[in-house]
Amino acid sequence: MLELRAVAKRFGGVVATDEVTLEVAKGEVHALIGPNGAGKTTLVGQIAGALSTDSGRIFFNGVDITHQKAYLRVAAGLARSYQITSIFRRFSVLENLALAVQARSGSSFSFWRPVSAERALFDEAAAIAADIGLGERLNSTAGTLAHGEQRALEVGLALATNPKLVLLDEPMAGMGPQESQAMIALIEKIRSRVTVLLVEHDMDAVFRLAARISVMVNGRLIATGTPGEIRADPAVRQAYLGEEVAA
Amino acid sequence: MIRALAVFIALGIFPLVMQAVDGMFYVSLAARILIYAIAATSLNLVLGYGGMVSFGHAAFFGAGAFVVGIMAVEGVRSAWIAWPTAMAVAALGALVIGAMSLRTRGVYFIMITLAFAQMIYYIFVSLKAYGGDDGLSMPGRSTLAADTPIPGDLAWYYLVLAVLALVLYGMHRLTRSRFGRVIDAIRENEARAEAIGYPVYRYKLLCFVIAGAVAGLAGALIANQSSYVSPSLLHWIQSGTLMIMVILGGVGTLWGGVIGAAVLLGLEHLIADYRIDWLAELAPNYQDHAGLAVGVVLLAIVLVAPQGLAGLFKKHA
Amino acid sequence: MLFLLAAGLTLVFGIMDMINLAHGSLYMIGAYFMASFVQATGSFWLGLPLALAATAIVGIVLEMTLLRRLYGRDHLTQVLATFAIILIANEAVRIVWGSQPILLNPPEGLTGPVALPGGLPYASYRLLIIGVGAAVALALYLLVTKTKVGMLVRAGASNREMALAMGVDIRRLFTAVFALGAALCALAGAMLGPILAVQVGMGENILILAFVVIVIGGIGSIRGAFVGALLVGIVDTGGRAFLPLLFSIFLPPQLSSAAGPAVASIMIYLLMAVVLYFRPQGLFPARG
Repeated sequence: MLELRAVAKRFGGVVATDEVTLEVAKGEVHALIGPNGAGKTTLVGQIAGALSTDSGRIFFNGVDITHQKAYLRVAAGLARSYQITSIFRRFSVLENLALAVQARSGSSFSFWRPVSAERALFDEAAAIAADIGLGERLNSTAGTLAHGEQRALEVGLALATNPKLVLLDEPMAGMGPQESQAMIALIEKIRSRVTVLLVEHDMDAVFRLAARISVMVNGRLIATGTPGEIRADPAVRQAYLGEEVAA
Repeated sequence: MIRALAVFIALGIFPLVMQAVDGMFYVSLAARILIYAIAATSLNLVLGYGGMVSFGHAAFFGAGAFVVGIMAVEGVRSAWIAWPTAMAVAALGALVIGAMSLRTRGVYFIMITLAFAQMIYYIFVSLKAYGGDDGLSMPGRSTLAADTPIPGDLAWYYLVLAVLALVLYGMHRLTRSRFGRVIDAIRENEARAEAIGYPVYRYKLLCFVIAGAVAGLAGALIANQSSYVSPSLLHWIQSGTLMIMVILGGVGTLWGGVIGAAVLLGLEHLIADYRIDWLAELAPNYQDHAGLAVGVVLLAIVLVAPQGLAGLFKKHA
Repeated sequence: MLFLLAAGLTLVFGIMDMINLAHGSLYMIGAYFMASFVQATGSFWLGLPLALAATAIVGIVLEMTLLRRLYGRDHLTQVLATFAIILIANEAVRIVWGSQPILLNPPEGLTGPVALPGGLPYASYRLLIIGVGAAVALALYLLVTKTKVGMLVRAGASNREMALAMGVDIRRLFTAVFALGAALCALAGAMLGPILAVQVGMGENILILAFVVIVIGGIGSIRGAFVGALLVGIVDTGGRAFLPLLFSIFLPPQLSSAAGPAVASIMIYLLMAVVLYFRPQGLFPARG
């Protein structure tokens, strides 16, 4: 479904992503792991269209989207959540989700009818909220939510665009064990309807959820394979996992 | 809604009262304030709701005025033709300037809008045939029907009031519409808005153009106010003044432009026309220096009431 | 001269991340001080350093009392606050010096033309201005690239947080930078006074030009300010000189006499638009 060929990006003298070639099959949960600074978020940004790509190609469902604008990628079914929470803090949970739903429900160049009259938008948003566990918090202002709830909304916003593939960038960042379990359960729930590229540090989650894992170090992709293969890979162990996890 | 109605009823009765007490000068002043309220409200759309700090809004305001003035001098005086033309020209200007400026962010955006507005100023000022530095005198107000110009101060006031009501109602619907929500979201978190599928640039540009068109309408009105178009309408100090009105009145609120215009122009009028004796003891010429008071007041507001301003503007860039 | 203003502006913006609209007011104050000091002392050359010092002091006071509170605030607030300062400054000047423009004469000995190589007579005072401009540019360049202070300035311009983290005494640095900017303004104002009129509001016109220069040159970069000022100067003067001629060849007289100056005056803005289209950060941005 998603194919990267030798994708690279440079920031001045720093090579952030270095000829990364990887592919994500339809329906799988594909994890992307690696130490901090490995270039994972940069790669996600390039796939999503928030960052430009210096060389290489990105294909989504066979279409070359390397230089396509971000909002067009969303329309094609590619959504992303952020490592550092980026929600609409002033708006309520319901309004946040409704915004994403609105984007794919007809033209928003409409100037007269009040949005509040569009029941369908808000009903769908409420359903998504229930899905991500925020059914009780519909009218809470996003900025006042607890960290775990904000991360859930973060993922929810991406899901609300009805994507075919979703890029989750460290959805469990900063979460305690209980919240992490809830997020893992959410990802398990959605994997049947959406392909997932999951960037994560939480190895527990990664090994539980992923069908395949890719490892990035210093901007390069050093290994791709099933969890078993990755665990056993000496290069990966040396660079990232260490001896304990393999045991 | 009730509040709005009450305000408009009060505004509606006001001139009749004035007529009774021989205070028609105040009606004229009030009309002027209302026209600036329209201009400030249009800036509030782009600045308050859209989060775009445009320092060149006066360009559209003045352009609208000049279009009406030039057309009047050339013989086209019908309001039905001149005013929409003014709006169209202003909208076109906003489209061109916006298209170029909105590719930049933050400080660059502010300065570019400023620079382009100055450019428009220079263009109009160098049109010697239409007054140049001295401004353009019109042969009277625009006509509504068959060569009769809009009569008297009273009718003029009501016309302006009606336009203001229309503009405010339009804003009210616009901010609650789909378009308005998207603009609000863009102001809140532009990157995420793009990431959930909105072509942010297009929305900002359209918002900019709409605001420009309404400013053009205000310009058409101000030209008619005294049948004279001054190039100072295009100057960046005018842009600054409009911004002050928006800030004073309340950024991002429906009535912000109205309140701001009323307070600022009212204040200027008060200082200029009423001698406060004890102040005159200290500084005999104080009334010549009304600008000083405005500056001090503005500075005070900016320094002392930070949340209202800073809170609504996320980091640019 | 434009470079002087632009340099100060770009430094203030690059290092302190502050848009200072009142920069033009410092230029105006510099010119006014110059005029008064020259009148008082009877000498151009005595008046100059006095005016520079006086304006620098005004700048320092301004920075320490008001502008400090604006660092770190959003740009809109800075724009409004410094705009308020312009209004106040204009009125203050009007109160102290009156509304009429005042006269400032170039120093004796430099009022007449001088023969350039090639036989072209050129106003000697303008030559002085060019000379001073070049000298200051060189001095600034040396200061910024060769001295320790200059290094701090450049570090601050390209990454303020890092500089802070490294323990640079930010407050003093900022005040110093601002004072330098003010002095540059004063120099420009004092030297341009004899050529342009010394009047209230002179700051605003040149301020916009200065902004155009730093947008073209890149914010925070002295080299950018220099190149930008040169470009703007050339385009502006060249445009004014040649465009009306060009137009008069192609267009009927009434149109060309109106269009010529009109287009000439907007040439620099067109230049800015073109530069921004291709390089939105300016030609030599200091920030990466």
